[in-house]
Amino acid sequence: MLDSQALSSLRLSLQVASVATLFIVFIGTAAAYLLAMRNFRGREVLDMFLTLPLVLPPTVTGYYLIILFGRNGLVGRPVFEATGWSVMFTWQAAVLASFVVALPLMVKTARAAIESVDKDLINASYTLGHSNLKTAVKVILPLAKKGLIAGAVLSFARAMGEFGATIMLAGNIPGKTDTMPIAIYSLAGSGEWSKAHAMVAVFTIISGLFLYIANRFGRRTI
Amino acid sequence: MTLSISIRKQLGSFELDVSWEINNEFAVLFGHSGAGKSLTLQMIAGLIEPDQGVIKLDDLLFFDSASGKGLRPQDRRLGYVFQDLALFPHMTVQENILYGGCGISRTERLVRADNILRRFRIADLRDKLPAQISGGQKQRVALARALMRKPRVLLLDEPFSALDAAIRLEMVKLLKEVRHDFAIPVVMITHDLREARSLADRIFVYADGRIIRSVRPDEIILCPESGGVQDLLPSSIYRLQGHASALAFPYAGS
Repeated sequence: MLDSQALSSLRLSLQVASVATLFIVFIGTAAAYLLAMRNFRGREVLDMFLTLPLVLPPTVTGYYLIILFGRNGLVGRPVFEATGWSVMFTWQAAVLASFVVALPLMVKTARAAIESVDKDLINASYTLGHSNLKTAVKVILPLAKKGLIAGAVLSFARAMGEFGATIMLAGNIPGKTDTMPIAIYSLAGSGEWSKAHAMVAVFTIISGLFLYIANRFGRRTI
Repeated sequence: MTLSISIRKQLGSFELDVSWEINNEFAVLFGHSGAGKSLTLQMIAGLIEPDQGVIKLDDLLFFDSASGKGLRPQDRRLGYVFQDLALFPHMTVQENILYGGCGISRTERLVRADNILRRFRIADLRDKLPAQISGGQKQRVALARALMRKPRVLLLDEPFSALDAAIRLEMVKLLKEVRHDFAIPVVMITHDLREARSLADRIFVYADGRIIRSVRPDEIILCPESGGVQDLLPSSIYRLQGHASALAFPYAGS
């Protein structure tokens, strides 16, 4: 059904989404914990910034990423001057784009899950002598587990489907940065419909499967 | 040991302003819901900070607004049985109890948990989850967990409210045994005057964030003309006798 080029795109998409999700799970959970449990100045502003890519056009998100990580970017220039390497037009750029665009789904879902943990259970852990960290690891995260899994699965699905920010940051380099959505865009552009059909079908099935899993976990969140 | 508190806290239009002191006694906080009883326990435990005041156990300051000194809930080492018990639903009975043994070596923790499981007659339930055991059993687990760390103070927020009469009686008995073993200040909230009378050394009657009475249980027994629990509360006295002067406790100081 899929030729070798399509399979390589699928593999690249899975690789990009997996690496992005790995970062999303750790950073997204930590951010969600901060937003849910700590009352600090600028909490809602931080939430807004982390959530913004959910509503911005991915091209705008991509634009900001170029400003930050491009060869002349705020972060990109010192990195390039120090190492001679730029993230632009690499598969890591696709990871970065997917990470930023999919992170809000994790943060939102995980924050809601952590906030729904019974406050008495958290207080009980504190009165039993356990630190904030131990309470987070032993009580809060296990009880928010289903929401965290749902967030991770949703983020993975979103990362798989990332297109706009990815094409701005990573471009469309065959065999290097052409993830499935980008490959489908190219095939449609060059009129190769039969190949595009197959990829679209495979992609829809994969995404649908992930949504189904996310819903199953999400619904049973305590 | 002496637990003394003198605290003030403004929450919207409600103001809590109470002071009391107990030795190794069993104190009952008694009063309508919303009178500030649970709030008092939460402040002793360090879960809510008073606006002003001092909470101390002998010379150990739990909280002092003047000097800004205080201890985190983790460092106060007290046992707290929450109204909804707050058993960790993802841990077995044994895991719940072991979790209460913070700061104790693993070997000693296992031995202590084993003793306490047998002592509270819940050893058969050690591998069950809280959702799989009865209300009375949950109660035992919550109390056992609170005692694992050998607390300096025991706080009980309406611990028996969800139990039926027979099991309440059994729990009162267990609590008396616990008291005997742990000579520490105990503060319990209850709405049941019989329970209060059978357990308490001191009863503090709360109303609208103040203590309106402090009585000994025998003072209640001495007055058969009292109707029981309601007579301790001003609103009921208004209702029964229809005027504010009835606030004067009929048997105060007798």
